[in-house]
Parts: sequence; C-alpha cells; structure tokens
Amino acid sequence: MDGVEGIRYYDVYRREGGYRSVEKALKTMSPDQVTEEVKKSGLRGRGGAGFPTGMKWSFIAKPDGVPRHLVCNADESEPGTFKDRYLMEFIPHLLIEGLIVSSYALGSNVTYIYIRGEYAWIIDILESAIEEARNAGWLGRNIQGSGFDCEIYVHRGAGAYICGEETALIESLEGKRGNPRIKPPFPAVKGAWERPTVVNNVETIAAVVPILNIGGEEYAKIGIGKSTGTKLISSCGNINKPGVYEIDMTISVEEFIYSGEYCGGIPNGKRLKACIPGGSSVPILPANLLLKTAKGDTRMMTYESLADGGFPKGSMMGSGGFIVLDEDQCIVRHTFTLARFYRHESCGQCSPCREGTGWMEKILYNIENGKGKSNDIDLLWDIQRKIEGNTICPLGDAAAWPVAAAIRHFRDEFEWHVQNPQECVKRNFGLGHYAEPLQTATA
Amino acid sequence: MAEEKKPLKVTIDNITIEVEQGTTILNAARRIGGDVAPPAMCYYSKLKNSGGKCRTCLVEVEAGSTVDPRPMPKLVASCRTNVMDGMIVKNITSEKVIDARNGVVEFLLINHPLDCPICDQAGECDLQNLSYDHGKEGTRYEFNRRTFEKYDLGPFIQLHMTRCIMCFRCVYTADQLTEKRVHGILDRGDHVEIATYIQKSLDHDFIGNVIDVCPVGALTDKTFRFKNRVWFLNPVDAHRDCPKCKGKATLWYRGDEVFRVTARKDQWGEVEDWICNECRFETKKTSDWIIEGPTKIDRHSVIAQGHYVGVQKPQEVLYDVLGGRKPKLLMNIHNVSEVNEPGRDLSKIEGPAHSTDFENE
Repeated sequence: MDGVEGIRYYDVYRREGGYRSVEKALKTMSPDQVTEEVKKSGLRGRGGAGFPTGMKWSFIAKPDGVPRHLVCNADESEPGTFKDRYLMEFIPHLLIEGLIVSSYALGSNVTYIYIRGEYAWIIDILESAIEEARNAGWLGRNIQGSGFDCEIYVHRGAGAYICGEETALIESLEGKRGNPRIKPPFPAVKGAWERPTVVNNVETIAAVVPILNIGGEEYAKIGIGKSTGTKLISSCGNINKPGVYEIDMTISVEEFIYSGEYCGGIPNGKRLKACIPGGSSVPILPANLLLKTAKGDTRMMTYESLADGGFPKGSMMGSGGFIVLDEDQCIVRHTFTLARFYRHESCGQCSPCREGTGWMEKILYNIENGKGKSNDIDLLWDIQRKIEGNTICPLGDAAAWPVAAAIRHFRDEFEWHVQNPQECVKRNFGLGHYAEPLQTATA
Repeated sequence: MAEEKKPLKVTIDNITIEVEQGTTILNAARRIGGDVAPPAMCYYSKLKNSGGKCRTCLVEVEAGSTVDPRPMPKLVASCRTNVMDGMIVKNITSEKVIDARNGVVEFLLINHPLDCPICDQAGECDLQNLSYDHGKEGTRYEFNRRTFEKYDLGPFIQLHMTRCIMCFRCVYTADQLTEKRVHGILDRGDHVEIATYIQKSLDHDFIGNVIDVCPVGALTDKTFRFKNRVWFLNPVDAHRDCPKCKGKATLWYRGDEVFRVTARKDQWGEVEDWICNECRFETKKTSDWIIEGPTKIDRHSVIAQGHYVGVQKPQEVLYDVLGGRKPKLLMNIHNVSEVNEPGRDLSKIEGPAHSTDFENE
C-alpha cells in the first residue's frame, strides 16, 4: 500500500479499502471472535520477543467494572530498528485502524500510543490522522452505530530506551519515572493504573488489519511454520540498499542480503563478516553461521530458523533490525558501541544491570583503545554471565547477549586487540578471516 | 472461601514449612530462620512495594507448585515472589544461587568506596555482612569508582551518595511516613543518585527513620557522625512518653553518655516501631528516658563481634546431615573442636582464624 500517493491521508486510505476491518469487526463479530481470529492467524508479537499475540490477548483479566487498556508501544529505540517509524510516518491510518479493532477485541475504550519522544514529527502525523478518523466517525462515542466507544491518545516519551519495556512504559504513561516493575503481577492483570492492560508493538497492531480482512486462517498460510504473515525488516549497515523491507517469511537470509529486491549485496565488493539479525540486543552471528545453520540447513528469515542452534549457534528474529557488517568492521569496536548504549540506557534500579553495564563498557573501552589485558576477556564473559537472567527486566539480558555472542564467535579478534595494542588503535578494523566469500546469489 | 485460607506447604532447602496465602518466599524462609533466610538489601517488610531491586535474595525455584511443578526458568527475587502450594525452593543448596549472589555482591561493591574504617555504619552494615559472606578477597574492578559530593539534608541527616547502593528504602520511607516526599532518584544507569531537588532539606517529624532503614552508611545521623564506633557502645532498651511516636527506642551508651538513639530493630535488622525526630535527635539524656534493660543481641547486632571471627568450613558429614545446607559457626572458637578440625589447635593461630589456615594443611 505504501506505493499509493497520499496514503497518509484519510481520503486516499479509505478509498484504497481502509477501515474495512473495523466495519467487519464492529458489525459482524464479537470481541472474542476477533481474538479468535488473531489466534488462528498465528501472529507473533513484532516487538522482539515473538510472543503469540492472540494468546496474549486471551490472558487479559476481565474483572467487572474495571476498565481495560490497550497501549501501543511505539517507543522504538533499539539501535538498528526503524520499521515502526516508516509505518507510522507513511500509513498512520493502518495503525489507527488496527488499534480500533484491537481495542474492540480487548474492550479498551481508552487506548494509548506511547511514542518515542524523538519521533516528534510523527506525533503530528498521528494526531492529525486521529483527528481525521474522528471526523469520519471511526473514533469517539458509539463508533458507526455499534455502541462501542474508543478514544486514542498519543503519549510522548521523554527519551529513554527502557520505556520500551512494557512495565516501564506503563509507569512512564502513568507519569512516573520509567522504571520497570517487578513481575508478577503482569500487565494483563494489573497494568496501567492497576487496570488490565495489553501492550503491543506498532507492527503487531497493524498486522491485525489484514488478518481481519483476509481471515486468520488465510493469513496463517503466509510464511513458514509458526512464522506466519509478513514482517518488516529494517536493514542497515554495509549494504547497498538500506531501508525497510516487508518480507513474507519464506526467503533465506542469503537472498535477503544479496538479492537486488532487498538489501542488494555488500558495497565495494567487500565480503560479509557478521550480522545482527534482530536489533542490537540479539546475539551477533558470523557469516558462516548466518547463512547456514549449525546443522547445515539454509538459514531462513523466520523466527525459528534464526533461533536455530540456540544462543551458542543461533540468534533471534528480535525486532527485525538487520545490521550487516562487512569484513572491514571491527567487532570489538562494535561491541563497545553497543555496551556504551546499554550503559547509558540502564535505568539504575537493579544492581547487576546498573553496575555491570558500566563495568563492561569500561573494559571494552580499554580493549578497543589498546589498554586491554589478557584476563579482561574472561572477566567480560564472567560479568555478562552474572548479569544475564538476574535482572528485573530484559535490559540486562539485552546488554549481556551482544557481549556474550561477540566473545563466543570472535574471541581471537578480542585477543588480537589485547596482543597488538598499538596496531589495534591505528587501524580500525578487526580480523578479516571470518568473512565468507561472495555467495552464489547475485544482485 | 474457606479453601483460600488453607495454609501452603513450601520446601526451602529441604525444610518444609506451612505458611499462609500471600507469603513471599523470603518471609517463609525467615520463618525457618538461620542461613536459609536469603539476605535482603532492599526489601523491608515494613515498607510497601520495597524489594526486588538489589537481587541479593535471588533463589532458584525447582518446582513452581503441586499443580504446575515446572521449575521457573530464571532465578527469582524471593522478596517479591509469593509462595505456591507445593513449591520447592533452593537457596543456599543451589550452586546457581550462590554464584549469582556472589555476582550481585561484586556488582554492589565495584562502586562502593569501601571506606568502612571511617564509616559510621561499619559494624552494623548490611553490605559489610553480605560481602563477608559472599564477597571476594580482592576486586577485579580496576577503574575509578563513582563519587559524589556529600551534602546535608537538613540539620540532622547527611547524605553521602558515594556509599549508596540504591535500595530505594529511604524513598519508600519518605513516601509512606511523611506527607510530602522531597527526595527521590535523579538520573539513571550507573550515574543514578538519591537527591533532593535543588538541595532541599528533609524536614518531617519522622524523617530520621531514613537513617535506620539505610542498609549502608549513605544516610548518617549528624548528631552521631564520627562520635564513636558502634561496637564500643552498649545498646539499652528504653522508652519515654512521646506525644508523636510510641517512644520505644534503643539508647546507645558508652559509659554514662548516650551517644545516639535509634529505633529498636528486630533480628532481621528492621525497625520495629518508627520513632520521631525528637526522640532520635533531641533527647540524649538518660533522665529523658525510662530504661528497660539491655537490648537483646541478635545476628545483626553491632556487638555480636564474633560474627566475623572464626567462620570455618564444616565437615562433609554435617553437610549431609543438614541436607546440603552449609552450617556456619559464628562464634569465636578458642578450643580444639572435634566437629570442626580435629588436630588443629586454634590457639596457635595468630589473630582471627582464616579459612586459609585450614586449607593449607
């Protein structure tokens, strides 16, 4: 749809078939039927964890007389991920349409979009789109005569990565400091203002629209196995055509990187060294493990295939932030950059993350700047091991995984940095021998 | 609804106990007592919503409940996880827990100044106890430690953020005891700090309690700072007729002089009854108080001096008898004990006995 001129505006969007799903849901379906349809579609959360959306919706507590809320997580701040931004910028009505249908399914009369504060111009786009939708009778009281009321409010974040974590997001939405809550209770039982709340990613909500339009079973036919439907991948790094691509999850990683339809290969005839397939928090994979799984199968762009081999030999689909590194990139420098980010974004609430992220950053800074010591690598490994799984929220894990994976797959590059302190400062790229020769697929 | 009140069975470190609905693992373990109770740096039973932050009380849940006996995938914060019927928990019998706890202690200490020799909290410091139990001899941290300027929060309290471990207890105290909290958390990550907005002073009749809840020496009593070491003082229970609080306090004497007044603390180092500022800071004469008698000394007491002396590795047999729990001897052992190390004359060891004295044999 994004090829249509002016799709950002209501008139064009409606002419192209927009808001059909709202009509269908409100007039012919009960809220439970909508949830059932989403369940059938096999849609998995597009925010990173990949949890089945229909299941999440069915967990929401429904105590009498207590309002429920749907919150759309548009606090997209993972390095390498910028898919929601395009979606909201170019087809804001798709999100609003999805939100109305989802709100109907969940019984949320007041729905929020928690948007990243830096997306200032998108807030204007969304607000004017909401205004258009309201004027056309898709929002407000008694939508299209169905008796269902729904209001959507855009809440602007204040620049914290941690507020993308659902409980921190809820705290922030309530006007408090964005610290993650300790679970349980889960948001589905006690979320915003102690009311049952579902937090969904922008892309997940948008995917509800085609599910209702074509039916859950039909939607489930797209893709392979449990990876159903289409996924937006934001690719960046050393590729010819960085940008946001919508893929149906049936193509291989190799095709995605080298095909002219997608990333278009790696510029300047360089070779592929490594790739982070799902946003900065997921483990990095070296080229040989990226294109083929440890078992020798072709690695596909699906939730299961990317996770094949577990953390030692696989990675995750994550949020779809596809970062490609060519043979000139230094893994140590790259890991340091990520560690600096997580140190900066840790909320400071629980001790392993607060202290551990800072420690890792300092050690990585030393290694990168030729001041590393031989036991620093083991120390780093030990620190990440002690952060992972011991924190309140997944930010600790997200900080630990990239470091763990970098050491696991590129240990001798770290060692080279420690052993050649002067050289590693002078030339800012690591060892080239990880790079794979050009693959068969061509641009 | 009668079924709801049925007591729940929980097994912690091979000891089974029955507790009421809604009890946390930590409180169930405290009911058993001894080493089974996980350490808690941020949880405070008297403060609502406290806990879950320091991660020292992590435990392994081997079986979630009788209904759903799957183990929990991660270690859980025992202070914020409720007991289910048939739950099996491993605390000190789990290698994973001990490893994680050692890690947490290391993290807590990397930016702590370790200025115990000049810190007023030394001797009654939770972090000191914790690092004695779980810390390493040396540090692997080779960078500059985080420092802050210290400053006064009003006439009675001094804040020394450098020592703070961000337990949030003082924030909850101010939230729950006073009408208007004026201090809170600024910044985030490892530069997070407890502070007031533009250096306001903490001013409330009960604000002095933040000193008692602070697990480290970050909030200190200005009327007591550098006056004495806590282990030289003799605690005495006393009460007075106070219009604001219950007036039950502990006076800390050296000779005839009252050096400080604190609230009474239970065996977990938690305040029993909050006391007001007047009792704490302004009534430091014996004539102000009715003396009840010496304070009963317990685990967390400052004058349980033997706490740091003669901790030894017990024999394997004891280990088996206690179902894998590590027995710990906290007393000063002056004689040769058959239980501990037959043939080792402790009186020959210079100074306090150290684990290395035994390992070398």
